[in-house]
Amino acid sequence: MLKHKDVLGLYDLSAEEIDEILTVGMSMKKLLRQNIKKLPHLQGKSVTTLFYENSTRTRCSFELAAKYMGAHVVNIAAASSSVQKGETLVDTGKTLDAMKNDVIVIRHPMGGAPRLLAKTVRAHVVNAGDGMNEHPSQALLDMLTMRENFPSLEGLRVAILGDISHSRVAKSNLFGLRKMGAEVRMYAPRTLMPTGIDKMGAKICSSREEAVDGADVVMGLRIQLERQHAGNFPSLGEYAKFFGVNEAVMQYAKPGALVMHPGPVNRGVELTSALIDGDTSRIEEQVLSGIAVRMAILFLLTKEEV
Amino acid sequence: MILKNADVVLKDGVRKLDIRIEDGRIAGLGRFEGEGIDCTGLTVFPGFIDMHVHLREPGFEKKEDIASGSAAAVRGGFTQICCMPNTRPVTDNKVVVSYIVNRAKEVNLCKVRPIGAITEGQEGKNLAAIGAMKAAGAVALSEDGKSVLSAGLMANAMMYAADFGLKCLCHCEDASLVDGGVVNEGYYSTLTGLKGSIRAAEDIVIAREICLAESLALPVHICHVSTYSGVQLIREAKARGVQVTAETCPHYFTLTDEVIASFDTNTKVNPPIREEKDRLAIIEGLRDGTLDCIVTDHAPHHADDKNVEYALAAFGISGLETSFALSYTQLVRGGTLTLEQLADKMSAAPARILGLEGGAVEPGAPADLTVVDLNEAWTIDPAQFVSKGKNTPFAGREVYGKVRYTIVDGAIRYEG
Repeated sequence: MLKHKDVLGLYDLSAEEIDEILTVGMSMKKLLRQNIKKLPHLQGKSVTTLFYENSTRTRCSFELAAKYMGAHVVNIAAASSSVQKGETLVDTGKTLDAMKNDVIVIRHPMGGAPRLLAKTVRAHVVNAGDGMNEHPSQALLDMLTMRENFPSLEGLRVAILGDISHSRVAKSNLFGLRKMGAEVRMYAPRTLMPTGIDKMGAKICSSREEAVDGADVVMGLRIQLERQHAGNFPSLGEYAKFFGVNEAVMQYAKPGALVMHPGPVNRGVELTSALIDGDTSRIEEQVLSGIAVRMAILFLLTKEEV
Repeated sequence: MILKNADVVLKDGVRKLDIRIEDGRIAGLGRFEGEGIDCTGLTVFPGFIDMHVHLREPGFEKKEDIASGSAAAVRGGFTQICCMPNTRPVTDNKVVVSYIVNRAKEVNLCKVRPIGAITEGQEGKNLAAIGAMKAAGAVALSEDGKSVLSAGLMANAMMYAADFGLKCLCHCEDASLVDGGVVNEGYYSTLTGLKGSIRAAEDIVIAREICLAESLALPVHICHVSTYSGVQLIREAKARGVQVTAETCPHYFTLTDEVIASFDTNTKVNPPIREEKDRLAIIEGLRDGTLDCIVTDHAPHHADDKNVEYALAAFGISGLETSFALSYTQLVRGGTLTLEQLADKMSAAPARILGLEGGAVEPGAPADLTVVDLNEAWTIDPAQFVSKGKNTPFAGREVYGKVRYTIVDGAIRYEG
C-alpha cells in the first residue's frame, strides 16, 4: 500500500514505496509473460487518461494496464476536450471527480499540473509526464527492467546521455535510482544540461567516455529536432558525432552493459542502430515493463479501497 | 489635530515630540497643549510613498480598482502611490491619466499619481503622448511589464521625457533570454522542471539603460532589481557618476527561490525570486545606498488567475498591505537599516526621485503621516487584505509593525 494518495513523482516517493511498486510490478510482468491479461485487481474501478500532450506509447500502456486488470477506461485527448473551450484544469478535474473516477492519469506540458489536479480531486492522480518535471512511471519501468537483470539496484552504475535539460525521464530516474542506492552519471552538451542537477546527486561528466566508464546500464534520451531549431546544437548529425553513444563509446562500459532508451528512438542519433538492435539492448523489454509497472501503480493506489 | 508624545522619525534620528497639524500641513513639532491623539509608544513616519503599484483600473477591475487599491494602500501605511500604465486601455494618453486622477480624488483615500506608458499601447513603436500626459498629471513614464526593445527608441524616450521633467522607470528584461521562463534559473528550476530565466536576462537591460543614461547624461530609474549582479552594475554606475536610481521589493530581500518547490503560484513574480546570494546582495545594496528605495510592485490578481498551472498563472504579488511590516522586520529588526534609513527608502527617496511632495516630517510639509506600533507582532493573513488581490507568498508569516493611523493631508484615512 502506498503512503501517498497520488503518484506525482519519484522525488516524493520513499525507497520503500518504490521497492513495493517494483516488487508488485515484477509479479505483474511474470503474469504478462504467461500471456495472462485478465486480472481482477481493478474490477469496478474507473480510470481516465487525461492527455494534454500527444503520446502513443504511454497512453496506450496505461490503458492496457488498466484494462488487463478489469477497469473501465476512458481516454481524453486534450485536443478534443473542453480544454479547447477554455475550461481550466481545476474545473476539468472537478468534473472528472464528480463522475466517480477512481484514478486520473494525466500528461501535461507544464510542470506541476498533476500536483494542481491532485490538490483539487479526490481521485488518485498518476503523473504520466509533466513538462520538464517528472515522468515517474517511465523511471519505474526503467528500474524494473534493471532489477530483472541485476541482483540489486544498489551500487549499480547508470549512465544517462542525451537531452537532460528538457527530460522529465532523466530527473525521475535520477531521484529514483539515487534512492535505491544506484550511481547516476550524466553527459550532454552544456546547452542541454540543467543547472544544479549535480546537487541532486548526479555526477556530471565531461565526456561520453567518462560517463559510460564502468557503467552497468547506458541510457540514451531522445534528442528532439526542435532543440536544433532552438540553437542548442548545430545539427542532429553533429550531435550524433560528438555526443551520441556508439560501439566505440560502449567499449568503456562494463562488458555486457545494458542499452536502454525510453523511446521513441532516433536511430543513429542518441544510439547507433547496432546498439539498439544488439544483444544487450533492453529497449523492447522496457515496453513490457511499462505495462507491468503501471499495473502495479494502479493496483497499489486503489488497493486500500477493495 | 495634535499627535501627542510620539516617537517621530526625522531625517537625523528619532525624537519624542508632539506634531501639530493645521490645514492639512504640519504646523509645528515640539510640545503642544490641547486635545489630540495619544501616540505614546507609537512611531510616526513620513507617509510611505510607493512609486510602483498596479491599480488595474481601468480595464481589470476584477483584480483591483482604484478604490480597493487605495484602501489597501492606506491600510499598508501609504499616503501616496504611483500606478503603472498597463491598464486597458493602456495609460498612454491624457484621457486615461485624467480618469485615474479624477477617480482617485473621488475615492479620496491616498494620493494617486499615474505613470504614463513610454510608447503607444506599450507596443514599443511610437512614443506615447508624453507632454499631454505630464500636463494631465503623470509623474513618470514606464513600459512596466517589459522593456522597450529598441535601444534607439529608448534613448529618444529618455531625451524627450527629460524635456518634460519626467524620468523613465525601466523594467529590465531581455525577452529572447527569458524565452518563456517563469522562475529563476537554478537548482529549483531544475528540481521543479519550471522553465528558468538567467540573471543576464535582467542584467543586460539594466546595463543598457545605464549606458544610455551615461551617454545622454540623463537620469534613469531601474525597477524592481532582483539580481546580485544587477546591484553591482548599479553600484559601479553610481560610483562613476551616472544618474541612476533603483528600487527593489520586499520579496527580493525576504525570499529565495526555494519557495517555488511547492509550485505555489503566489510565488510567481517578474522578475523571479532568486537565490540567497541575490537576497543578501539586495540587502547590502539597500544598506550602502545602491538601491534607493523600496516599492511593492503591488500586482493584485483574482484567484482565478492564480489557481492554474504554474506556467499559466499570472505574475505578481499583492504587496501594499505587507510591505512595511516585511521591510521593518527584515531590515530594521534584522540590523541592516535604522528607522530613519527605512523612512528614507519608503518615503523620502521615492519623493526625491520623482519630485513629489512629501517624504519628511517637518514644519510646512503636507501632513502625510503614518503612525505605527513597531512592537506589535502579527501574522500575515490574506483573508484580511482589503485589496482584491489576496495573492501573497507570505501567508502565515509572523512580522512586526502594525499600522495604527494613516494620515493624508491632515485627515485620518485609515485607523487600525
